[in-house]
Amino acid sequence: MQIREIEEEIISEFELFGDDWEQKYEHLIDLGKSLPLIEPGYKTDVNLIKGCQSRVWMHSDFKEGKMIFTADSDAIITKGMVALLVRVLSHQEPVAIVNARLEFIDQIGLKEHLSPTRANGLVSMINRMKQEALQHLSK
Amino acid sequence: MEKGKGNTLDGPAIQRIRNDFPIFKKVINGQSLVYFDNGATVQKPLQVIQAIENYYYQSNANIHRGVHTLSREATELYETARNTVAAHFNVANPQQCVFTSGTTEGINLIAGGLSKAILRSGDEIILTAYEHHSNILPWQLHAQERGLKLKVIPLKSDQSLDIAAAMTLFTDRTKVLAVAHVSNTLGLITDLQALFKIAQQYNVITVVDGAQSSPHMPVNLPELDPDFFVCSAHKMYGPTGIGLLYMKEKWLTELPLFKTGGGTIKTVTFEHTEYAEGALRFEPGTPHISGAVGFAAAIDYMNSIDMSAIYKHESELVRYAQTRLLELPEVEVYGQSEHKAGVISFNVKGAHPFDVGTLLDKYGIAVRTGHHCTQPLMQLLGVQGTVRASFAIYNTLEEVEYFIEKLKRVITLVS
Repeated sequence: MQIREIEEEIISEFELFGDDWEQKYEHLIDLGKSLPLIEPGYKTDVNLIKGCQSRVWMHSDFKEGKMIFTADSDAIITKGMVALLVRVLSHQEPVAIVNARLEFIDQIGLKEHLSPTRANGLVSMINRMKQEALQHLSK
Repeated sequence: MEKGKGNTLDGPAIQRIRNDFPIFKKVINGQSLVYFDNGATVQKPLQVIQAIENYYYQSNANIHRGVHTLSREATELYETARNTVAAHFNVANPQQCVFTSGTTEGINLIAGGLSKAILRSGDEIILTAYEHHSNILPWQLHAQERGLKLKVIPLKSDQSLDIAAAMTLFTDRTKVLAVAHVSNTLGLITDLQALFKIAQQYNVITVVDGAQSSPHMPVNLPELDPDFFVCSAHKMYGPTGIGLLYMKEKWLTELPLFKTGGGTIKTVTFEHTEYAEGALRFEPGTPHISGAVGFAAAIDYMNSIDMSAIYKHESELVRYAQTRLLELPEVEVYGQSEHKAGVISFNVKGAHPFDVGTLLDKYGIAVRTGHHCTQPLMQLLGVQGTVRASFAIYNTLEEVEYFIEKLKRVITLVS
């Protein structure tokens, strides 16, 4: 699936909850719980994206022209957000990742988690995903 | 629950106080604000906001410099503010009360000044395990430069200070004891009397970080008798950017200057400067005049309620919150002693404090999460961070009740 298609899928999933933030967060937390954990060997300092409070680990591979991301966080809400980003950006071509605008986050009403003051490391995680995709752009 | 009974202020009294704070008309995530992040900074009453506004409307000028009417007015307001602060802490000579930008600057001036001339390589500075980074880093910086040694008073298993262990730390090389009056993370009140007794035997200079005691309880400085005491106005219902550095009279002349400039002098040549006497010696540059005016208004505000009443009210909130939190098996409370001021720190077992804080915010409850600028303490507790609820005079038992009810919901969501 293309990035935009997956985003649309997530948007319709979240539409079910309407304005009920509790249900939305319950879903986000469930997503976090279902995230395939990063290989313990990859949970290293090099892969650690330091947020002020919650920590995020992210590892990428490049296989058959596509980026594969695995990730984890020690905070469950952050992990839910990480799960969404991995779902959208993993198994995509580098060029699509670099150009992805990730507007779905705003559309599902979770944009507050990307504010630079959130201290959860997500903005840095997106930047790192794009940087690593960029390295494979010309290959 | 006994509402308005015991030691808390009654409903109408609290409502009158809450009406003084315009921010409580604000709606957060569709809910009225429950503000439990008072340890970080407290909200400001109209009386303080208006005092600052009036100053800029009516009296703004630079101080101690002009002969004109406005300058005299501004100078008088600034020096009256100093008198108000001094009287509040029962200090007879207002010159012993230096205005700084806040607690952190105060500690930097003390640590920097003492390290320049009084402390020698090999001298020891004693801190506690629950110090705020602002009472560690300035000492650490000079310790590294000057070969001083930092020693740390450990905590007992209930996280209270191990006074017996403290006794064994003092030696003839111990020169400074720098301690928090109240732990910003745990809320525990330090037994200063016991510590000062030993400090006196070794002729040790005592420095008290009063950032978390001054908002919550009466502080009588001559009775406490430290060499130095520092605090911040913004935690005491005043504006940000202004604080107090109190020093014993002898330090007005003996504390080496760490920072200098205009406004601190009598005469200057390129070769030599004769400094002013008293507090001005430590206040280079144009001071935060409107801040001082706001600080004084904040002190008047607290005294209109009465510090003992504030202490009783907030202690009851802490006691009640702690009792209710301890009823929840999923919750771990740190520093469970009853001898606490305004602050309670906890975690939901197995949950990241960030998640707990994020979800509480969705219910309109503002708490602080993280290490609270006490990373060494976090390492000691073996946690990444905690959730901290800290109270002020405008908080109510009903808010604590709402917080507990929503915390239970959060526990269900995260587990």
